[in-house]
Amino acid sequence: MTRRLGLSGWFWLGLTTLYFLVPLAATAEFSLKEVDGYGFSSYRFILDDPQFRDTLWQSFQLSLLTVAISLAIFVPAVYWVNLRYPGIRRVVEFLSVLPFVVPPIVLIVGILYIYKASWLPEWVLGNPRYLVPGYVVLSFPFMYRSLDAAFRSIDVHTLTEAAQSLGAGWTTTLGRVILPNIRAGALSGAFLTLALVMGEFTMANIALFNTFPVYINYVGQTQSNPAAALTIISFGITWFAMIGILLLGRRPGRGAIQVGGAR
Amino acid sequence: MATRAETLGAVRPEQTGSGRRRLSLGWLGVAPFFLWAGLFLIAPAIALFFGAFQTEEGEFTGRFVSQLLDEPYRTGYIQSVKISIITAALGGLIGVFTAYAALSPAAPRRIRSALTTFSGVAANFGGVPLAFAFISTLGTVGLVTRWLDSIGLHLYDRGFTLFSFTGLCIVYLYFQIPLMVLVIAPAIDGLRAEWREAASNLGASSFEYWRRVGGPILLPSILGGMILLFGGSFAAYATAYALTSGHITFVPLQIGELIGGNVFSDPHQGYALAVGMIAVIAVAMTIYFLLDRRASRWRKGA
Amino acid sequence: MPYVELQQIRKTFGAVSAIDEIDVSLEQGEFLSLLGPSGCGKTTALRIVAGFERADSGRIVVDGQDLTHVAPNHRDMGMVFQAYSLFPNMTAADNVDFGLRIRRQARGDRAKRVRELLEIVGLGDAGSRYPHQLSGGMQQRVALARALAIEPRILLLDEPLSALDAKVRVQLREEIRRVQTQLGITTLYVTHDQEEALSISDRVAVLSKGRIEQIGPPPEIYDAPATPFVAAFIGTMNRLEATVTDGATGEVEYGGVRLPIDAARGRGNGARVLVLVRPEAMSLEPATNGGELSGEVVSHTFLGSVTRVRMEAPGGELSADVSSSAAAGIPVGRRVSARFPSESARVLDLNDEQAPPAPDPDDH
Repeated sequence: MTRRLGLSGWFWLGLTTLYFLVPLAATAEFSLKEVDGYGFSSYRFILDDPQFRDTLWQSFQLSLLTVAISLAIFVPAVYWVNLRYPGIRRVVEFLSVLPFVVPPIVLIVGILYIYKASWLPEWVLGNPRYLVPGYVVLSFPFMYRSLDAAFRSIDVHTLTEAAQSLGAGWTTTLGRVILPNIRAGALSGAFLTLALVMGEFTMANIALFNTFPVYINYVGQTQSNPAAALTIISFGITWFAMIGILLLGRRPGRGAIQVGGAR
Repeated sequence: MATRAETLGAVRPEQTGSGRRRLSLGWLGVAPFFLWAGLFLIAPAIALFFGAFQTEEGEFTGRFVSQLLDEPYRTGYIQSVKISIITAALGGLIGVFTAYAALSPAAPRRIRSALTTFSGVAANFGGVPLAFAFISTLGTVGLVTRWLDSIGLHLYDRGFTLFSFTGLCIVYLYFQIPLMVLVIAPAIDGLRAEWREAASNLGASSFEYWRRVGGPILLPSILGGMILLFGGSFAAYATAYALTSGHITFVPLQIGELIGGNVFSDPHQGYALAVGMIAVIAVAMTIYFLLDRRASRWRKGA
Repeated sequence: MPYVELQQIRKTFGAVSAIDEIDVSLEQGEFLSLLGPSGCGKTTALRIVAGFERADSGRIVVDGQDLTHVAPNHRDMGMVFQAYSLFPNMTAADNVDFGLRIRRQARGDRAKRVRELLEIVGLGDAGSRYPHQLSGGMQQRVALARALAIEPRILLLDEPLSALDAKVRVQLREEIRRVQTQLGITTLYVTHDQEEALSISDRVAVLSKGRIEQIGPPPEIYDAPATPFVAAFIGTMNRLEATVTDGATGEVEYGGVRLPIDAARGRGNGARVLVLVRPEAMSLEPATNGGELSGEVVSHTFLGSVTRVRMEAPGGELSADVSSSAAAGIPVGRRVSARFPSESARVLDLNDEQAPPAPDPDDH
């Protein structure tokens, strides 16, 4: 039935559009506010602050590390589950969804409880990389779903058997046949994890590490205009990650657009 | 005699027992995942269970858990559940209506992709930046506050403040609505045009279609989505912390206070609180799984 | 007085013309098929009758009532869709019950009627099953029962068998016809399968590019196609592009050979015509001498009771259906000559229009 989008349809779309765009506009306005008139002084203030660069770089490093480890863990696991061990799929799925039930606030408390000063040296406890194991856990749901969707869409059995029937060995099969085909899913999961870690505040704050979101909060408690500027910058980073995912998710039959957010 | 396929371990489930030499390779592939999950997910969770029932010295006690029923933790749970239910219900409904409007075949295609894109971003835009975005909007000198002032509606004079339960509800919706949109979109897409047309052909009005066919089919997914929203809101820490500097009675914030190395620190009470959180969310997720199974049964049957 | 009328229906979708003009009527109790390739407008026409599309111009009249502007849920028609139309959240019985429930019939009457209908379509004991527990064929039976439950004035079917296995298709189409005859319900049936349409309809309307090319009872469509398109679309036809050499006696020239064709009489000399001969009317014998339609056998296609033998004649390929035993006598490569009774050939004028390209002879 060809119907026009009714009044109620446009109403909802209009309302939600307003609700979502106004805060962004307000933040932008706030970030450009100066004592008299508008300008970029808040941005300059932030960009000049060495802590900005340090914490941003710190968070970025942590996210790269998290992505690397998460991929290293999941690519083989999902591959083998799809290829040979369909029986344990349920277990893997369950474990990868478990982080929803053990949210960041709970996870960090548990991690701090076990991995503590009584047996770990200071250089481990004081290093921000201490957060990475927990971050990898937070990435479970997103990385697993992205990769699993990608693997499922390529019919692993057929590809592997086809490769072997043509004479390919194990490394060739994996490297030349399987990996290129799940690239979109892997990158999709990677970008999601990147956004996740770049925005993760809870665990860093409780564990007393100075990451980018912690820095944003610190600035925000004291100066609101630079905080607005930081918010815009942070939003830009999230957008960048999402655009990355979408560009990859667009290819037919590859990758998967997944949903986000730990807070 | 092992075939090539078996040599590489690409054994289909129907085949049995061959390639035993390669068995170790396969296990090597999945082992890291289980190891990591065990070390950094399961172990901490289990440790918390033990910690909740132990004192610092190691004696077993139930007092931390029983104190959950007392103030201030009781209020903490109640407030957390309250905000979760409210934002899940509101965000869920607004999300469904928005998604339905944007995904209907009558809507321009660009709206659909714009909504999905934005929802993907907004669902991840939470925590600290979100709090400051809303301070810029509805804070004491926020844009909207000033604009309302200029037309005579003085929000803060009337007792409204962003830094309150109500304020947090408004802020939470920013990630609740997009999350619902993303979750419910596949279900809405799964509503086949044939069902609508068949119902109409058999005499049903729009209302009757929704009441007997569309609604019942969507309901499990809607409820499931709301439960996901509930869980997300219940566990949220960053947004509330940034907005209220930790001065609101929510369980995650209370845990933060108890764990911190300050004078109020009482870690085992914190562990008990955490275990309580796990329990609440676990119940919610179980209901979610049951609903999700039901919904997918109908999708499969189509 | 026709029971259902589609009067001068036209419909475009944006720049694309879906229906150029359709004008057709059905008598009460008649089974009419709209037959044609995809894109010919048959489904659009059906959806206009059902009310899911609005025609740009024209009227739909049922039993004297103008329904053109009536909403689809008030037209009192029953529709069976191609697939996936059963409500997944209800059992088969509840699905059938749906229309009755909307009409607020008493519960006892409804249950009785549901049982009756499920019996009629042969699913008496499947009422409590859900759609996902039923096979495709069973689902369509339920869909049929559901459409009939409300005792509609017309039954509309939109390619209901296309999504089913071949064997189920044949079985089910007989059932549909049986039920239709038993209940005497006026039926409009859309399909692209000409065998299906010809086997169960009272009349067939062949559509192409939004227009009706020919409408008539199945034997007429089969034996006397009115246009080159219908000739190509229905069954397999030998199509000889020939030129009239003697309009008085009815002689044409094809590939250098002169043939007597009764139906060619009355045409001007030099006129280009399409001579149509069914393979079953064509016979082949081992060639004796030249001067006739002769050439080498190109292929045999075993069709069960007959074998379709193709030979390369001077003007093009010709097909003949011969008994499989006779086919053994004219293997591939043998020179044969073709002949057919003059009165078995139909003639269509070619004029300026090209004859539409012949579909694959083995494609039914």
